[in-house]
Amino acid sequence: MADEHKHIDPLTGTATTGHEWDGLRELNTPLPRWWLWLFYLTIVWSVGYWIVYPAWPLLTNSTQGLLGYHSRAAIVDDLNALQAQRGPMMAKLASASTVDILADPQLIDFARAQGRVAFADNCAPCHGAGGAGARGYPNLNDDDWLWGGKIADIEQSIRYGIRSGHDKGHQGNMPPFKDVLKPAEMSNVADYVRSLSGLSTEAGADLKAGQKIFADNCAACHGDAGKGNREVGAPNLTDKIWLYGSDKATIVQGLQQGRGGVMPVWEGRLSEPVIKALAVYVYGFGGGEK
Amino acid sequence: MANALAPQKRMTIGEGGLALALTALALLTIVIAAKAYTPEYAFHAYLFTAASIAAVFAIANRYFSRPAEKPPLFTADGRPNYNMGPVKFATVAAMLWGIAGFLVGVIIALQLAFPALNLDLPWTSFGRLRPLHTSAVIFAFGGNVLIATSFYVVQRTCRARLAGDLAPWFVILGYNFFIVIAGTGYLLGITQGKEYAEPEWYSDLWLTVVWVVYLLVFLATIWRRTEPHIYVANWFYLAFIVTIAVLHLGNNPAIPVSIFSSKSYIAWSGVQDAMVQWWYGHNAVGFFLTAGFLAIMYYFIPKRADRPVYSYRLSIIHFWALIFLYIWAGPHHLHYTALPDWAQTLGMTFSIMLWMPSWGGMINGIMTLSGAWDKLRTDPVLRMMVVSVAFYGMSTFEGPMMSVKVVNSLSHYTDWTIGHVHSGALGWVAYISFGAIYCLVPWLWNRRLYSLKLVNWHFWVSTIGIVLYITSMWVAGILQGLMWRAYTALGFLEYSFVETVEAMHPFYVIRALGGILFLCGALIMAFNLWMTVNSQAVAGEAEIRLQPAE
Repeated sequence: MADEHKHIDPLTGTATTGHEWDGLRELNTPLPRWWLWLFYLTIVWSVGYWIVYPAWPLLTNSTQGLLGYHSRAAIVDDLNALQAQRGPMMAKLASASTVDILADPQLIDFARAQGRVAFADNCAPCHGAGGAGARGYPNLNDDDWLWGGKIADIEQSIRYGIRSGHDKGHQGNMPPFKDVLKPAEMSNVADYVRSLSGLSTEAGADLKAGQKIFADNCAACHGDAGKGNREVGAPNLTDKIWLYGSDKATIVQGLQQGRGGVMPVWEGRLSEPVIKALAVYVYGFGGGEK
Repeated sequence: MANALAPQKRMTIGEGGLALALTALALLTIVIAAKAYTPEYAFHAYLFTAASIAAVFAIANRYFSRPAEKPPLFTADGRPNYNMGPVKFATVAAMLWGIAGFLVGVIIALQLAFPALNLDLPWTSFGRLRPLHTSAVIFAFGGNVLIATSFYVVQRTCRARLAGDLAPWFVILGYNFFIVIAGTGYLLGITQGKEYAEPEWYSDLWLTVVWVVYLLVFLATIWRRTEPHIYVANWFYLAFIVTIAVLHLGNNPAIPVSIFSSKSYIAWSGVQDAMVQWWYGHNAVGFFLTAGFLAIMYYFIPKRADRPVYSYRLSIIHFWALIFLYIWAGPHHLHYTALPDWAQTLGMTFSIMLWMPSWGGMINGIMTLSGAWDKLRTDPVLRMMVVSVAFYGMSTFEGPMMSVKVVNSLSHYTDWTIGHVHSGALGWVAYISFGAIYCLVPWLWNRRLYSLKLVNWHFWVSTIGIVLYITSMWVAGILQGLMWRAYTALGFLEYSFVETVEAMHPFYVIRALGGILFLCGALIMAFNLWMTVNSQAVAGEAEIRLQPAE
C-alpha cells in the first residue's frame, strides 16, 4: 500500500495515513486542541486533588493530604452539627416525662417533629402512614383504645409491646373456641355479638342461646355488657369499630382460631427520647385520653 | 470412509479431541447429576450432559458430510474465503436474546411500579428477574453482538479467514450455552450474589474455557492477516477480550462447597471483596460495554458513511488513555463506604481524567461524518449509530460528574444511577448494536434490507422510549436524593423512607412506558430483519455501494 501514502481525502483536504483495510482509511487529523487542553486540565486538577486529600497508598498507611480530611472525622462533624441543631430541646425531651412534655407546647412541637419521622419509619408498615391501621392493626386516630389511651398507656405499649414476650408487655389473648363450642353455638353467639352493636342478625338465629353462651364464655374478658376490658386488651364489642371485621364469617373465624396480634418491643431499639416522642405523636392523633 | 477411491478423509485432532473431551464431560456431568445435592443443580448437570452429547453428534455428522480437504484460506480468485457461518448464528442469537432481555426489563420495570406483578412466586420475583434482565441484555445480547461483529470485522480488516475449524463454533455455541446456564440458574435461585457476575463456580469455569478459545481464535486470525497493519477496531476488540478474561478470573475465585453442589464461597472477603467486585463491575462497563462497542463504531460508522475515520492520531491517544485510566476508576462505586479514603480519591480522580479519553472516541465517531452529514437525513441506520455516539458522549460526561464525591453523595443509591446506566445501555450500546446488525444482516445474507422506512420507525419509537426512560429516572433520582437528605428546621429528617418510595411511583410508570416503546422498536427491527432474510431481493446497486469493498 506504499503507493497510497500520498492519498489526500478530497472532501476535507486532509492526508490519510496511507493504509487501507476493507476499504476503510484513516485521516491524519491532529488532536483537537480543546480536547487536548481539557485532558491536561483534568490531569492537573487530579494531581491537585491528590495533594490536598488522602490519595496514594504507602506501606502501612497512605498519603494524608494537606487538608487533613478523613471521612470518619467528617461524619462525626456532621453528627455533632445535628446534635447542636437539635440542641437544648433534645436534652429537654430526654429528661422530661411524657406528662411533662404535654404540659409544654414548645416541647410538644419538637416531640411531634421527631415522632412523625420515627412513626413513618417504624410504625407505618403496620399502622399505616397516617396511623389509620389495617385489618388486625388498630386505627390509632379513633378513641377506641384496646390497652388504654392515656399518654402513659400509649408509652407503655410502645416501650414494651403487646404479646411481645417482654415481662412488662401487655399479656392476654383471645383463646380459640373450636374445641369448646359447637358450630351452631358459635353461629348463635356470633349473631348475638353482632346484635350488640345493632348489626343485622341471621334469620332463625337464637339470640337468647347466644346471650347465654356469651355470658358463660366471653363475658369474663369482654364484660357482661360486651363493653370490653382494657386490662386484658379485650375489645369493646358494642361500638362500630372492628379490628378484624364485623361480618359474621370473620367473627366466627375469630371464635374458632382465637386472636392475638403482636406488637414488638421498641425499648432498646429506639432511643428514650424517640420512644417518648412517638407516644406524644400518637397521643396527638386525636384519640388521646386525659 | 469405506470408499477407497475418494481422497482420504481423516478426522482432525481438533474434531477427535473435542469429541473426546465432550464425551468425558458428558460422563462426568451424569455422575454429578446423579449425586447432586439439589434438583436445580442436577438440572444444570443434565443440561451439560445433553449439550455435550448433542455436540459430539454434531461433530460426527459434520465429519461425515464434509469434504476431505480443509476449506481453503483463499478462494480461486484470490479473495479470502471468509467463514461467516458463526457470525450469522451469533447475529440471530443477539436479536433473540435482545428481545428477551428487553422484555424482562419491561416486566421488572412494571414490578417496581406495581409490586403485585411479582406474583408472589419465587421464580418471578424482582430479585431473580433483575439479574436475568441485566445478564440477558449485557452478556446475551451485547455479548453475541460483540462476538458476531468481532469475527466479522477481524476477517474483513485482516483479509484472512477466521482461524480454527471447530473453534469459532465452539466459542459461539459454548458462549450461548453459558447464557442458558446463567439465565436458568437465576430463575431457579442459583447465584453467587455478585452483581453482573452472578453465575456460580461451574458456569464461571465453563466461560473461562470458552473465553480462552475466543482469545486464541481472535489472535490467530490477526496472526494470519494479509494486511500489514492492525486496524483500530481490532485493538479495541483485543483490549475487550483480554481484559474481560482478567476481570473474570480476578473477580470469581471461589471454593465450591462440593463438586455436587452449586454453592461456592468467594475467596475475597469484606471490603476487599467489595473493591474487587467494583473493579470488575466498573471495568465490565469499561471493556465489555465500552471498548468492545467502540470497536464496532470504528468499523461500522466509517463503512456505512463511506468516509475515512476522522483522526488516526486521536484513535491512538484515546485508546491507550482509555485502557490505562479505566481500570482504576472502580472505587467510585464505593464512595462514603468502608473503603479507605485514598482508594475513593483515586477512583474519583481517575474517573475525571477518563472524561477526555472517552470523548476522544465520540469525536472520532461523529467527526467521521464530516463531508457526509447529509446522509443523516437519508440513512436512518447511520443516524442510529451517530445518535448512539452522541449518547456515548453524554453518558461519559455524566459518569465522571457522578463520580465526584459531592455529586455522588446526592446521586448514589438513587434511580439517577439507573438512568445513567440506561442512557449508556439503551442509547449507546443498543443503538450501535442495532446499527451494526442492520448493516450485517444484508451483507451476510446478501439481501436488500427489507424496509428503511421501518428502520426510521424503529429509530423514532425507541428514541422516544429512551428519552422517557432517562428523563424520568433523572427526576426520580434527584428527587429521591433530595428527599433522603432533607432535614427540618428542628434537625429531623423531613421524609420517611416509605414516603420517598411512594414519590417514585409516577416516574416508575413513565420509565416502564419508555421501556415498552424501546421493546416495540426492537420488535419492529426483528420483523424487518426477518423479512430481509426471507426476501428474494438480492442486494441491488445501492446496497452494493454500502457493501464492504473487497
